[in-house]
Amino acid sequence: MAGVNTFEVLSPGIMSTVQDLGRFGCARYGVAASGALDGFAVRVGNLLVGNDERAAVVETTLMGLRIKVLRDAVVAVTGGDLQPRKGSEPLPMWRSHLAREGETIVFSGPGSGFRAYLAVAGGIQAAAVMGSRSTNLSSGFGGFEGRPLRKGDILAAEPVKDAIRFADKAFTPEAVPVYSSPWRLRVVWGPQDDHFSEEGKHTFVTAAFTVSPDSDRTGIRLKGPVVTRKPGMEESIISEGILSGAIQVPGDGQPIIILGETASGGYRKIATVISADLPLLGQITPGDEVAFDAVSMEEAVQALRGMENQMDKFKRSLKQ
Amino acid sequence: MVHALPRFRPMGDRSLLVELGDTISPDVNRRVQQLMLQLQQAPLPGVREIAPGYRSLLVVYDPLTIAAAELMERIAEAAAQQGLAGLPQAKLLTVPVFYGGDYGPDLEGVAGHLGISSDEVIRLHTETVYRVYMIGFTPGYPYMGELPAALAVPRRSTPRTRVPKGSVGIAQRQTGIYPVESPGGWQIIGWTPIELFDPSRQLPSLLEMGDRVKFEAVRQVEI
Repeated sequence: MAGVNTFEVLSPGIMSTVQDLGRFGCARYGVAASGALDGFAVRVGNLLVGNDERAAVVETTLMGLRIKVLRDAVVAVTGGDLQPRKGSEPLPMWRSHLAREGETIVFSGPGSGFRAYLAVAGGIQAAAVMGSRSTNLSSGFGGFEGRPLRKGDILAAEPVKDAIRFADKAFTPEAVPVYSSPWRLRVVWGPQDDHFSEEGKHTFVTAAFTVSPDSDRTGIRLKGPVVTRKPGMEESIISEGILSGAIQVPGDGQPIIILGETASGGYRKIATVISADLPLLGQITPGDEVAFDAVSMEEAVQALRGMENQMDKFKRSLKQ
Repeated sequence: MVHALPRFRPMGDRSLLVELGDTISPDVNRRVQQLMLQLQQAPLPGVREIAPGYRSLLVVYDPLTIAAAELMERIAEAAAQQGLAGLPQAKLLTVPVFYGGDYGPDLEGVAGHLGISSDEVIRLHTETVYRVYMIGFTPGYPYMGELPAALAVPRRSTPRTRVPKGSVGIAQRQTGIYPVESPGGWQIIGWTPIELFDPSRQLPSLLEMGDRVKFEAVRQVEI
């Protein structure tokens, strides 16, 4: 690896990891996708600094990450507004900047959202494991030594010759996502919505749920009225594959939105968050309020197409 | 029961649960394994991931590359073609286990619950050749069955927050091995030193769906 030392972690904050867009093709070994929980923010961040959208970035949660810049590098911060600062100045998000050797980048605390992404030209260097640079926290591989970042870690990036070309790019301001509670998440019913009572389904799409503090990268745990099963349905089902956005309802009737760290599970899924709203899941914060809107499969695919068209438009604008 | 035709349940706009039966059985699980191999050998456009379960495959796809209706049609075609010939030879792995004591803190409790001796639990656990139905929970974790009916015990009422790597557990008619330290609710009856998962290996998981496993009791060395 020919990377050059670029960042030193002065403080990792609550939790910071190296992630890309996830690990696919290894579910049969029980390996979940992992990956950045707000993939939209990662793609934009990478494009802003001239990277392939799949390059590895630093994902940081809530507050406290402090990074020392070890060499001049083009960076961009996207995702949740954790009030990033560069030196003594606020660091405007959703645009690229030249960070100078010796400067510090600090995430001081939540303005909106829950997770921010720091992208650097060349991409954070990490060995690809099973095709991905994402950190698998359950088994401790991928990312930076298979673990969350610690004080003193040195992150390298591939030097990019004409990176400076990308030092002042901006994402379309009106396309920057709004992260705010109460959240309305669009879902498609299923795969096991028929296992729930009419009353349970009604509760699911009309109630406001509160995000529990024991939510983490494995799932967003919700508290609210009980989502009831049909009479006679046992608590669990035969284990099957699962993916992020699936909303499982265990025996206590309190929904859990599955995130990227789980490959299989044995609970009923009443509904699944649509692809276009998946990136929002990374920004939902404990204490927030969440409600669900059921949409058709056609509407879901249309929403995804809208998001991808926007991304394509942004990519074209960078080439001009 | 094996379904005559696969049944589809969409899991959101980007994945499809393909159900091949409704029970835990070797026949249903072999159908799952066959369809998985077929879809690996002749990949369908837009498919990003295939996650096998006991009785189903979760097929993750890009809905902007292939529409759900077309994907279902193509999977149904593949399922209709399959014969039992395509399955690779299952490997048989003998797993040495230290039963009881600090290695298997629930062994005595399990024996007590079942009203048999600890030695009888060990004898029953080691006499069966188990099928690996799926790998899941954590990377490399083999769900194996079926445990003899005489060994069926419920999960622990309070799951442990930390189950040591290598722990051998049982729950209902299943047995499994924890590849890394993790939380867990199964009854821990022993421990094995084998490495189930190594991300740097070509095949990261030692066991795969369809493999066979036999446990062998190892006497602890007296010091």
